[in-house]
Amino acid sequence: MISKSRLMSASAGLVLALAATPLMAQQTTLVIESWRNDDLTIWQQTLIPAFEAQHPDIKLQFQPTAPTEYNAALNAKLEAGSAGDIITCRPFDASLALFEDGALADLTDLEGMGNFSDVAKSAWSTDDGAQTFCVPMASVIHGFIYNADAFAELGLEEPTTTDEFFAVLDAIKEDGTYIPLAIGAVDQWEAASMGYHNIGPAYWHGEDGRLALIAGDAKFTDEEWVEPLRVLARWGEYAGDGYQAQTYPDSQNLFTLGRAAIFPAGSWEISLFEEQADFALGAFPPPIPAAGDTCYISDHTDIGIGLNAASTNAEAGRTFLNWVASSEFAELYSNALPGFFALSNGAVTLENPVANEFVSWRENCESTIRPTYQILSRGTPNLENDNWLHASNVLSGAETPEQAAEAIQAGLDSWYTPGMYE
Amino acid sequence: MAAAAPDEHKPARRWHIAVFLAPAVLVYTAIMIIPLFSTLVQSLFGPEGGQRVFVGLRNFQTLFGDPRWAASFWNALWNNTWFFIIHMLVQNPVGVLLAAILSNPSLRLRGFYRTAIFVPTILSFVIVGFVWKLILSPLWGVAPNMLDAIGLKHLFAPWLGQEGAALTTLALVSVWQFVGIPMMLIYAALLSIPDEVIEAAEIDGVTGAKQFFKIQLPLILPTIGIISILTFVGNFNAFDLIYVSQGAQAGPNGATDILGTLLYRTFFGFQLQQGDPNMGAAIATMMFLIILVGVSIYLFGIQSRMRRYQF
Amino acid sequence: MTAARSSLARSVAAHAILIAYTLIALFPVFVIVVNAFKARRDIFNTPLALPTPESFSLVGFETVTSQGNFLLYFQNSLIVTVVALACVLLFGAMAAFALSEYRFRGNTLMGLYLALGIMIPIRLGTVAILQIMVASGLVNTLTALILVYTAQGLPLAIFILSEFMRSVSDDLKNAGRVDGLSEYRIFFTLVLPLVRPALATVAVFTMIPIWNDLWFPLILAPAESTKTVTLGAQMFIGQFVTNWNAVLAALTLAIVPVLVLYLIFSRQLIRGITSGAVK
Repeated sequence: MISKSRLMSASAGLVLALAATPLMAQQTTLVIESWRNDDLTIWQQTLIPAFEAQHPDIKLQFQPTAPTEYNAALNAKLEAGSAGDIITCRPFDASLALFEDGALADLTDLEGMGNFSDVAKSAWSTDDGAQTFCVPMASVIHGFIYNADAFAELGLEEPTTTDEFFAVLDAIKEDGTYIPLAIGAVDQWEAASMGYHNIGPAYWHGEDGRLALIAGDAKFTDEEWVEPLRVLARWGEYAGDGYQAQTYPDSQNLFTLGRAAIFPAGSWEISLFEEQADFALGAFPPPIPAAGDTCYISDHTDIGIGLNAASTNAEAGRTFLNWVASSEFAELYSNALPGFFALSNGAVTLENPVANEFVSWRENCESTIRPTYQILSRGTPNLENDNWLHASNVLSGAETPEQAAEAIQAGLDSWYTPGMYE
Repeated sequence: MAAAAPDEHKPARRWHIAVFLAPAVLVYTAIMIIPLFSTLVQSLFGPEGGQRVFVGLRNFQTLFGDPRWAASFWNALWNNTWFFIIHMLVQNPVGVLLAAILSNPSLRLRGFYRTAIFVPTILSFVIVGFVWKLILSPLWGVAPNMLDAIGLKHLFAPWLGQEGAALTTLALVSVWQFVGIPMMLIYAALLSIPDEVIEAAEIDGVTGAKQFFKIQLPLILPTIGIISILTFVGNFNAFDLIYVSQGAQAGPNGATDILGTLLYRTFFGFQLQQGDPNMGAAIATMMFLIILVGVSIYLFGIQSRMRRYQF
Repeated sequence: MTAARSSLARSVAAHAILIAYTLIALFPVFVIVVNAFKARRDIFNTPLALPTPESFSLVGFETVTSQGNFLLYFQNSLIVTVVALACVLLFGAMAAFALSEYRFRGNTLMGLYLALGIMIPIRLGTVAILQIMVASGLVNTLTALILVYTAQGLPLAIFILSEFMRSVSDDLKNAGRVDGLSEYRIFFTLVLPLVRPALATVAVFTMIPIWNDLWFPLILAPAESTKTVTLGAQMFIGQFVTNWNAVLAALTLAIVPVLVLYLIFSRQLIRGITSGAVK
């Protein structure tokens, strides 16, 4: 009896699926896969209505997965053929692998690609730059966001050098009202992305250091790669009690509730902090090692958007992607999500002052991307994940900076020989 | 294959067997065995020149021969064993104790206790992970304040962030969540002991704790056996609690990495790490073999020797 | 006299242990529910305090009800759990009966075959399962989840039930056979009622992982119309990770229905588990 009803519900499912097909001929629905579940409201309330108003024949459905499950869930769905039409792309190697497996469509000839510089496209192009497979959407900039009210109260100024930075931390610690730094070790990536890769470019000289690492001319055990880890190790004493078990949301809450003064940040925090903090926010770029040094920022191409090669709605998909490449989308997106900076060439007017502060650093500082993303993340052990692990070990005091650097380099050496992908 | 075997004693009835077995065997084979088998077979394949080709036992050689893989594997296996040991040492004795107290028929409010103690078992890992992280967080002060109230604040430490304490802490959280299951099963087993047996013991002057250890405990040993093997299988398949509370990297510094999280990271990939279905399948095969050995030891070594009492 | 005193002492000790453990069991649930009704700042400043008129806030619930369709998620979870559970119990009991009642060639082998599934997480077969569901058009249907959970629950159900069925007295069954009952009648009218306690045990074991599963809803049925409560709550936590009002409200909404169901059925459950015992 039960088996019968199961059969019936199974066949009912089939009938429904068949009945839905003719409808789809008149109106195309594009399903968008994304890890940005934070952006659900912005898609539903701003982006989707704007697009659908211009293209009434195409419906959009934004279907996000939690960031931690995104890659696993997407890969399984792509392999089985149930993934959505539009795929949000991680930068560099992860998406390149999908493209090489034939899961992402070639978008080199997409009209809208003309709106992007080669640098912006490099995160989603083949090594020789001949083919591009995702439309660049946004980059994020690293730096420090601080509680401006607290700084005013304690008479503190934005630090520019590493020494000034620690002087500020000492002053906050001495006063005792605030926890100087909101950073935790348990989620690991905070220590790498907000710590090591945030302050590091000033030491390894941004792109020069990153490319030298790929070419094999630099190693993590070199002085300019170990020194930022030593600086990171000193952060521990300025973090909150038990920061070894502090999670990323804990850090965010510590800061927005006004209990911590400085948050080592990525620009994506801006909209959340604006919404939750009831004090004035300020931001300063990563401190330079010594007065007079060039400043460097991590201006990381973080998010792109591509087309599932198996999509049956490729034409509608390309229409949508052209819209994503337009300056209209850039304007809408950058202002709906302050801190995600559109990558298209057209100038975008940003309304948010903190976001403008972050962008303004591009004028004086050299930009670079995270050193672990391009080429060096293709093997096992994965360099980015190893950076998380060892940077968090340094922050929590479980390893010395020298030990961490050696472990990271040994992991990389175990599979990478410079020039192997040329 | 079931129906094909003629039974000398009941020749007329054998086709019923097929009918009884068919639905379970069909669903189970189609949705579970075939997919799992196709995964395990992957462990014998590997990428070579862009193609997936048969490589024999090479993935296993890598798993045990490459110092990195071997270190991760043995670390995960040991952590998993420790996770299991904590369950056996804490969950089952606590379950037995609670069941023994509850089985006293003159105890008031026992329906209430029984219901309350089982509540954590019905909560999802999402909830359990979130709430224990909140309680044990050094920042929000739930655990530190409570310890402070009884003058033990100096005992508090950020356990989930310490390499030495994180795994044990999570194992205890898992015990907290699942202790209801052994409690219920043992409770049922204790109630099924006939009153005459207990009365006879009391006439002989065997009461209290002595009665429990001399009379009841031997009678519920088969149940404890089943619970132990279920705990073993559950622990060596565990994944969710570690994943929701420490993430797929199972920090700090791999201290909470168990076979389930290692498998997940390897098979499906994590963050920038691409998934490697072949190595993942090799780890899955090892997990399968470990559990198979454990279950076989139980089935052939312990269960067959255990005396069953029929009332 | 002394006996009475010692029995009193023992009863006090028993209650003390049980109360202590009950507090440990319920405390985290208390923390979630209490804080769901408080303003964000108060959650962090006084996590253990009950909501007062000043700190009381329903803003979390407002966010949840405006964002997620928890009633629908709950309905989906309920359908999936109940139907899968029914299939597991029926198919599992039938197979267990066949294995424990009849001697046939391949019996042990079949028993081992059916037990293989408890030794390896079904999550590993994800890709192949998803391929099957795509091929049969079952992606984003509750049927897909029901099928997977039925397969997932069967091995353990058969393992436990066949253990229990071995202890059903042969005399009873043989008496039935003498009376001319068919094997099906014997199974459904004689054996099944006798193993009710075991069925209840299996039901508990099977139900919890189904209700709480995150992975298969995410892979097989992530559409809005087929989302389960656990997936809905997880998505919600991801989306509002620092908005703890909303997270705690979502968790409360995910706990309360299960809790109510459990309270309604716990009596049945206990009676089921112990019915064989209290003769």
